[in-house]
Amino acid sequence: MAFRHETIEKNVVLLAVLTLLTVSIGGLVQIIPLFTIETTIERVEGMRPYSPLELMGRNIYIREGCYVCHSQQIRPFKDEVERYGHYSLAAESMFDRPFQWGSKRTGPDLARVGGKYSNDWHVAHLIDPRAVVPESIMPSYAFLANRPLRYDDIVAHLETNRALGVPYTDEMIANAVADLRAQANPDADTTELLKRYPKAVVTNTTGDPNNITEMDALVAYLQMLGTLVQTTDLRLEDLRQ
Amino acid sequence: MMKGQEAAAGYATAGTLHGEPYVEDVVRAFVIATIFWGVAAFAVGVYIALQLAYPVLNLDLEWTTFGRLRPLHTSAAIFAFGGNALIGTSFYVVQRTCRVRLWGGSTPAWFVFWGYQFFIVLAALGYVLGITQSKEYAEPEWYADLWLALVWVVYFAIFLGTIVKRKEPHIYVANWFYLAFIITIAMLHIVNNIAMPVSLFGTKSYSAYAGVQDAMIQWWYGHNAVGFFLTAGFLGMMYYFIPKRAERPVYSYRLSIIHFWALIFIYIWAGPHHLHYTALPDWAQMLGMTFSVMLWMPSWGGMINGIMTLSGAWDKLRTDPGLRFSVTAVAFYGMSTFEGPVMSIRAVNGLSHYTDWTVGHVHSGALGWVAFITFGAIYFLVPALWKRREMYSTRLISWHFWISTLGIVLYITSMWVSGIMQGLMWRAYDSLGFLQYSFVETVAAMHPFYVVRALGGLLFLSGALIMVYNVWRTVRGKVEAAPVRAAPVAVGAAE
Repeated sequence: MAFRHETIEKNVVLLAVLTLLTVSIGGLVQIIPLFTIETTIERVEGMRPYSPLELMGRNIYIREGCYVCHSQQIRPFKDEVERYGHYSLAAESMFDRPFQWGSKRTGPDLARVGGKYSNDWHVAHLIDPRAVVPESIMPSYAFLANRPLRYDDIVAHLETNRALGVPYTDEMIANAVADLRAQANPDADTTELLKRYPKAVVTNTTGDPNNITEMDALVAYLQMLGTLVQTTDLRLEDLRQ
Repeated sequence: MMKGQEAAAGYATAGTLHGEPYVEDVVRAFVIATIFWGVAAFAVGVYIALQLAYPVLNLDLEWTTFGRLRPLHTSAAIFAFGGNALIGTSFYVVQRTCRVRLWGGSTPAWFVFWGYQFFIVLAALGYVLGITQSKEYAEPEWYADLWLALVWVVYFAIFLGTIVKRKEPHIYVANWFYLAFIITIAMLHIVNNIAMPVSLFGTKSYSAYAGVQDAMIQWWYGHNAVGFFLTAGFLGMMYYFIPKRAERPVYSYRLSIIHFWALIFIYIWAGPHHLHYTALPDWAQMLGMTFSVMLWMPSWGGMINGIMTLSGAWDKLRTDPGLRFSVTAVAFYGMSTFEGPVMSIRAVNGLSHYTDWTVGHVHSGALGWVAFITFGAIYFLVPALWKRREMYSTRLISWHFWISTLGIVLYITSMWVSGIMQGLMWRAYDSLGFLQYSFVETVAAMHPFYVVRALGGLLFLSGALIMVYNVWRTVRGKVEAAPVRAAPVAVGAAE
């Protein structure tokens, strides 16, 4: 009995099931192995979850749609490596939920912007981009400087991430508020903070440790981008995917 | 060529069958919503295009920055304009090609209508207020996603139920495409949006996937939003309205079978071409590139089938500007589905990615294909649904066509130039071996092209406003009891 396409055309359930099967295959083949092949994410030193202040800053980055114009993914091209730094590793976004690789560079890539400029530069630039870079077409984000950061639910944020697999420890969750406040206070003792979150950058733009703004959080996030993995120490075998 | 069942295109347009009227009021509402959201999407597009040329238009307000308005524009164009067009036409087409009233009558269809508009408003309000998942074309947060999933299930049930109770032995080809669109979008939407809310009373959630896996799933979703929302669904539209308007059967029945299965199988693999040279493993990038190049063939299968349906009726392009919209749409579809595979080749993508070339490519598809095929359908549907002999003014349709076409040409050519130029500037070295341009120099160089692009968008918007006026005058005109459309003139039998 020869197969006739007519059979499918006369049976909508068959048509629907065959359609679902047909459209499932590609995704299954491309997605499942990324979870099962261990080398998908390089085994490199230095990755840690975001500090509470950085995480809040990252949420502001997402809220403002920064990813619309800034990528966080340096490609392995000579010009990109010279312009932005070592090409991006999969490991470097392993705690990013969701990822922020972006798809358009209306502005420059930010994957390794951390430490390239001072906190003051970032604040001035975010308040009035054209005061610092006259040809810039970036919007002003002056309102971040005046708005107190809301962090009463910071513990819930860390716990949600932990439930999804980000390795926040009990200690990190217990100290979430203290760590957040310490990172926004230039006079605080940051020993504990830096033990839990190495390379965290203290940001305080108001001069008042009791007035933590959204600007503080965003700058703390920008200042750590791409700094966790020491790229000068990487060996070729670390990078093999 | 076999032209068997596709004489289906000759189905009755009468509003009743076996005394059971087709559901038309909901379709009318979808047509109005399509036009309304279309104008909104184009207007926001023009505004954000101007923001890139004149950043002062960000107004220094948090709600009006480019970062918040861009998702508003893309979602309004894809989901509000495109989505209403797809759901509305699918309800119209499935009733006529199955010769039965919508399953469940008008009540569930009205639920889909209002439920979908509610989703759009919910998503749009979120963007302006800064509530976003930041996954492109999937920005709405978890609560809006859940609501959309519910509306979509009802939509699927209506569509499937109508086909189940059909009075025609065969399921017409347009319905295969609509069905594939509905099923696949459900799959993509659910998988890509799995997330955990921080609190049941808050808006914020964290994605179930992280980093490289999240990127792969997002672009599996993102590219197939193009493949199934903006392609398969609109091919369904093409397969009904072009034969109907041209009064010719679909060119090749066999080709429609082959390109349907090939298209839906291959499209799903193409996502990784959005992630070339990233931290996504090479094997996945290679698969994505290979399938993207293969995708050229089934895409052109659809184009050939659509355009060649005009065989023996080419003269209608001169007299029927509505049909001209539909056919030009298919030509743009052919162009952008050739450009896409070219850009998916890694060496080309290395230049084009992150630049305006991608933006231009998207718009040749979105304006040239999606919007034009929709305009063609609207100019068919408005007289049919409001029982008018024809549109108020054929001349105005012609004006709409030429102004919009000019707008698209300005848009895509300016983006080709600016995109390729910026890509080349980024990688340019001077004679001493230093990078020749700072990043901001490449931004400054874009300015004239951003102005031209905004002008192109403005023309496209103006064309749409002409359509609004034309539709308004048509709807306001006197009701005719007589047949919906002018009697067919004898078709020259050129084979």
